Amino acid sequence: MPHHTFFKFIWPSALAMLVFIALPIISITIQSFYINHEQVLVTVENCGPFGCKEVTKVDVEATRALSEQKPLGKFNGFGTYTNRNHLAFSHISEAWNAAPNLGYFIGEVLNLPFYKALSFTLTYTFIVTPCVIILGFCIALCVNRLPSIFKGPTIFVSLLPMIITPLIGSLVLFWMIDAEGIIGSFLKIIFDDPSLSLKASPTLTWIMLIVYGIWHHAPFAFVVFYAGLQTVPKDTLESAMIDGASKWEQTRYVVVPHLMPLVVFISLIQLMDNFRVFEPMVGFNAQASATSLSWLIYNDFRSGDGAMLFGSAAATSILTIIGVSILLTPIIVRSWQSSKPAVGG
Amino acid sequence: MNKASPHWLNFLSISFLVLWLVLACVPFLWTFWGSFKVQADFFSKQDWQNAIFGIRTLVETGASFTTDGYEGAWIQEGFWKAALNTAIVTLSVVAISLTLGTLGGYALARSGFRYAFWILIAALIFRAMPHITLVSGYLLPFFELGLWGHLSTTIIVLVAINQPFTLWMLHSFFLSIPKDLDESAMVDGCTRFQAFRHVIIPVMWPGVITTGLFSFLLAYNDFAITALLLTEENQTMVPKIASFLGSTQEQGNVMFAVAAVVSATAPLFVLVMFFQRQIVSGLTAGAVKG
Repeated sequence: MPHHTFFKFIWPSALAMLVFIALPIISITIQSFYINHEQVLVTVENCGPFGCKEVTKVDVEATRALSEQKPLGKFNGFGTYTNRNHLAFSHISEAWNAAPNLGYFIGEVLNLPFYKALSFTLTYTFIVTPCVIILGFCIALCVNRLPSIFKGPTIFVSLLPMIITPLIGSLVLFWMIDAEGIIGSFLKIIFDDPSLSLKASPTLTWIMLIVYGIWHHAPFAFVVFYAGLQTVPKDTLESAMIDGASKWEQTRYVVVPHLMPLVVFISLIQLMDNFRVFEPMVGFNAQASATSLSWLIYNDFRSGDGAMLFGSAAATSILTIIGVSILLTPIIVRSWQSSKPAVGG
Repeated sequence: MNKASPHWLNFLSISFLVLWLVLACVPFLWTFWGSFKVQADFFSKQDWQNAIFGIRTLVETGASFTTDGYEGAWIQEGFWKAALNTAIVTLSVVAISLTLGTLGGYALARSGFRYAFWILIAALIFRAMPHITLVSGYLLPFFELGLWGHLSTTIIVLVAINQPFTLWMLHSFFLSIPKDLDESAMVDGCTRFQAFRHVIIPVMWPGVITTGLFSFLLAYNDFAITALLLTEENQTMVPKIASFLGSTQEQGNVMFAVAAVVSATAPLFVLVMFFQRQIVSGLTAGAVKG
């Protein structure tokens, strides 16, 4: 296809991606170096029946004029990146100097908003991803053994947790887990502890969010593995059987190697999706015990009295994007080396 | 069932599967059933069985089922407006992203130049961007330009965010359509556009439907973008439900939120019921074809 025809076909799509994906990345880079204007203060003399006093007030008019004039705010350099809500270098070094032992230091660091969110995001990503792969693989193996009339309905039900809106899915589980919901009251009976509340304990909240993540993502791995199982070479399996391989050995030495490329694909997609975990925090109302990087950005727009913290959100966004790149580089490099591009020329 | 395998293995596999199916569907059944009860039953302080039999519902409303939650959500709180907005947003997103995606995906599949590969890699990197990081890039420019809050802005943003995925899916689908088909049309004197219109469009529908389903899911399920880019009047269903949570908890009508959740889930169920095969083939297309 000649270049100009190619261009005619691709430009609407390319333009959309350029304007709404590439430009915003530049826009957050710029925004992250600015912070909101400070409020303009004026001193006025306030005279009452008991004499005059000098009062400092916020000049609303002037503040608004200033932010209209320079909507980006005030240049701050790397100030936003290093403040307490982001990388917090000075707080970390302070904590390091003051800490009697390593445990105390780690506790202090994990109290800082950014590190608290980062620790949950990474824990979530690295527990959910392998669990999803294993669970999805087991479901696929079991479904594959079913007689074909049961396969359709089974796949239907299995797809439900995946296609559900993440916010809605987490709400549904949240209501069941509520101390007065069905799972919550069962847990109270099982552990014989009437005050047990999953919401109040940070550890239980983390477990709950991770379980939700696995529940939500397992169907994706299942479907991909299930399709992969249909392409396992029959004669290799049969010759393994003739050679006396047990079911386990057939799975271990024939099926698993055949599905390995799919594992790479699922991990890639799962790492991308789990790293951006966000809706469950809102659905489970979990921000007191668990936050994620995406939630921090959302919170910058929600907190305060209508004043959106563009600089802070932008800095967290940049740090998040750096995180995603670090996370995905090994997988992309690996799949690059293992399979040379099919498109080219 | 496979005869060669021992009984314990069959038993194990069946019970594992049953456990999974229960986990996968009971939350939905439970919430659906509970949405017709009053709050005192859905969150029962006395006995969890109340949520099944609706003891308090009978006392409060005179019947074991009540549609109060639905009435409250749809009429009193104006959920119908949000449903309408969702319909506008999702249908527009699907239509626009498929139009752009088929053109782009077709070009990428037929280009044969190295840069097509790089465009796909760029799309993959864009796919990895958490959506909310992009939103923080939009907000300030949109406020400045007066674009914030409109449904049309949100539609365009969702289309753009959808493009990387749409391009990948349709690219791999068009690769599976033999090149000879459109090339022979071009030998007969068609231009590239005519070949696309008369030869490719008639055969591309299976791939387009599958891709469309996923565009639909992305637009329908989105929370990050719709919650931050829309004004309160223009809210779609998902952010509307989120705002219910704040307001209804205080007023003690959580059941509005429960009814809204069930209402928003229903279209998804219908979708899976009719398009299960396409969803399964779509999920695997990316993986199996690379």
